[in-house]
Amino acid sequence: MLKIKEMKKRYIACSLLVLFLAGIGACKKLLPPAPADEEILDGPVEGLTSEQKIRFLEGDRAFNDEVFTAETGLGPYFVANSCGSCHAGDGKGHPFTTLTRFGQADTNGNTYMNSGGPQLQNRAIPGFAPETVPAGASFSKFTPPANTGLGFLELLTDAQIIANADPNDLNGDGISGVANYVSPPAYFIPKAFHTPVNGKYIGRFGKKAAAIDLWHQTVNAYVQDMGVTSEYATDEPYINGVQSPYGDPAPDPEVASSRVQNVIFYLRTLKAPVQRNKNNADVIAGKQTFVTIGCEKCHKAEWTTGKSDIEALSYKTFYPYTDLLLHDMGAGLNDGYTEGKALTSEWKTPPLWGLGLSKNSQGGKYYLMHDGRATSIEQAIQLHGGEAQNSNNAFQALSQNEKDNLIKFLESL
Amino acid sequence: MKKNILILLSFLSLSLAAQTDSSLFKRTPADTNKLKMNMDAVYNRPFLTMGKFPVAVGGYVEANSSYFGTDGITEGLSFQIPRLTLFISSSIKKRIKFLSEIEFEEGGKEIGIEFASMDIELHPLLNLRGGVIMNPIGAFNQNHDGPKWEFISRPFSATTIIPSTWSNVGFGAFGKYARNNFVWAYEAYLTNGFDDKIISNTESRTWLPASKENPERFEESFNGVPLVTMKTALRHRKVGEIGVSWMGGVYNKFEDDGIVLDKQRRIDLYAVDFNTTLPGINTYINGEWVVATVDVPETYSQAFGKKLQGGFMDIVQPILKRKILGWENSTLNLAFRTEYVDYNVGNFKETGDAIADHIFAIVPGVSFRPSAQTVLRFNYRYHWQTDLLGNPAARTAGIQFGFSTYF
Repeated sequence: MLKIKEMKKRYIACSLLVLFLAGIGACKKLLPPAPADEEILDGPVEGLTSEQKIRFLEGDRAFNDEVFTAETGLGPYFVANSCGSCHAGDGKGHPFTTLTRFGQADTNGNTYMNSGGPQLQNRAIPGFAPETVPAGASFSKFTPPANTGLGFLELLTDAQIIANADPNDLNGDGISGVANYVSPPAYFIPKAFHTPVNGKYIGRFGKKAAAIDLWHQTVNAYVQDMGVTSEYATDEPYINGVQSPYGDPAPDPEVASSRVQNVIFYLRTLKAPVQRNKNNADVIAGKQTFVTIGCEKCHKAEWTTGKSDIEALSYKTFYPYTDLLLHDMGAGLNDGYTEGKALTSEWKTPPLWGLGLSKNSQGGKYYLMHDGRATSIEQAIQLHGGEAQNSNNAFQALSQNEKDNLIKFLESL
Repeated sequence: MKKNILILLSFLSLSLAAQTDSSLFKRTPADTNKLKMNMDAVYNRPFLTMGKFPVAVGGYVEANSSYFGTDGITEGLSFQIPRLTLFISSSIKKRIKFLSEIEFEEGGKEIGIEFASMDIELHPLLNLRGGVIMNPIGAFNQNHDGPKWEFISRPFSATTIIPSTWSNVGFGAFGKYARNNFVWAYEAYLTNGFDDKIISNTESRTWLPASKENPERFEESFNGVPLVTMKTALRHRKVGEIGVSWMGGVYNKFEDDGIVLDKQRRIDLYAVDFNTTLPGINTYINGEWVVATVDVPETYSQAFGKKLQGGFMDIVQPILKRKILGWENSTLNLAFRTEYVDYNVGNFKETGDAIADHIFAIVPGVSFRPSAQTVLRFNYRYHWQTDLLGNPAARTAGIQFGFSTYF
């Protein structure tokens, strides 16, 4: 009898041990699988060295995890409290974090720089009243763009960009395309591929192409979006005509230069979006239509980088679907506000890569065009005017099947 | 503080080690009287008394291993000792008693006094309590001992909306009235409260636990306005217990050095809790739901919710209660928890769409209790976390195995 009891005990103990070991062995099977690489925008480019991967992760944490508070430098006037809050999953932003720029109605510069321009800080830490657009100032709203693949675009040479410009429409296709030349900030270090014209450089980033490189873009975002000062931008933004006399409780600079540089490195080395369903017949047909109706004249598909200090970015062919040039988009998209030498109706061709994944960062819906006014790809196409009017007309003339295929192609990007 | 606690611990361990005659020790088990309520949880624990020494000691420890992953990325297997808690209680005089609970979290990374109060009974319906008290909001905050639960992780709603263990310095009263199968009880306290960290924190959401980072709250109120906590509960011996509670106060520094800086901004939490054991099959059901409203400045970020809500429900089904592996009256349970928390109930001003920022989780598990004071737990947890904008949920799952025991 005792023996039976003892055996029973052993049996239970062994069963528990087996269950426990099986549980540990099955751990990985019980975890949610990783989404396919092409289904997400986040992730580094292939080929980074170990040191570069560590730096990428540092930048990733600073970009996506670091949330500023009043104690660590947020505000006192701000739009968002972290980089990641505007670019969820490194994708496009949502109307919640759409920012407002104001004060420049022509190419002569912003006349509201001492009145809080160019960016509206529409939020403030408790106890402070946020900024409002000054009466009479023209303004425009900008929805945050996706961050991915920016390192490739940054490497395009001025010569490559200019090669597609046709300011006087000499080829008569109705499409001009001009580069936006902007004054560099004091910390700007020109690279071999930058060619100054009257002390100005081609802008590559921003809705109006007003930022020359990712350093320029990142420093502006820290100070203008979050009210976080750095060695490169030491002053809090002006608000309603005066600079905040005492700002927030955090000592300046509020973010270390090393952290800013890590974020820049992160942005440079985020992978390019990967096209999905590339070989699908409808997608292939849609791509052909994209070219046929002239979209590709501005949304230029293929580019190749030159030499980079990051080997993984050197001599790489990539497909952003942009020419980085400014185009007149017609009266419907003319908000009366501009930056640099762009006209108020001119907008930089936005890259289309990652378009199909936009909904995954915009709360399940599309918010397209510069201010998110289009809630579908078709609606976005219909809003194209000016130089893109012919392509818009050609799109309207397509059969439903052709339209569907074109949308499928755009969603595959 | 740490030094004093270490001296106290050394004294206790030496005292206990010096006792070779086990008859000097008497273990007082937790009272399983069906008229005990959640509010009695702090005293309703097993204690060790030494002869006629008027001090009783006790405590519990939790340790576990976990293997979690989110969307294919895992940090691997890790081991934790989330908390080691010591209780010391003393009957100072008839109807005057003192109890303290000191918790060492994460291997001593944080040491905190969770409870240290003196109770004076004037009448069963009127007891005075003062010191560091656990605010009676919901049930979990007062009844949180690891060995009482079949789940390794504490519920989200009870730790991130109600920031359990949420205790503060204050005073108040409590009482009970029993008749036939019913017991009615109340608690009412004034304590120090929250601060403006709840809307200025690195979680980027209204986050009540952020106020726990301020150790000053044990010395002075952040704004001079007391936090009021009130709870009433009703228990039927055969049916179960239901409690309704409210905790409210001002969280911001609206005035400094006599200068008015802002209006008084309130935070209020409303909770309902219940527990019952189904007759016949002995299924134990326990749950809690809490709603918090916070006066967030209109000009601040909408990422900080003005209304939060969440709750959990645990179902525990004993499937075997007998001698197992030589332990008399040991129990094998199946357990299931479902929980939900929404950190931002509201709509975006810009689109009118609902703000998300919520988590839904399910936790099936198995627990084995060789005795009532000790539990070995195996949990599988799966939760879906949706960000503020409502993008596709991040899926996190994992296995946890561990134990918790009173000692």
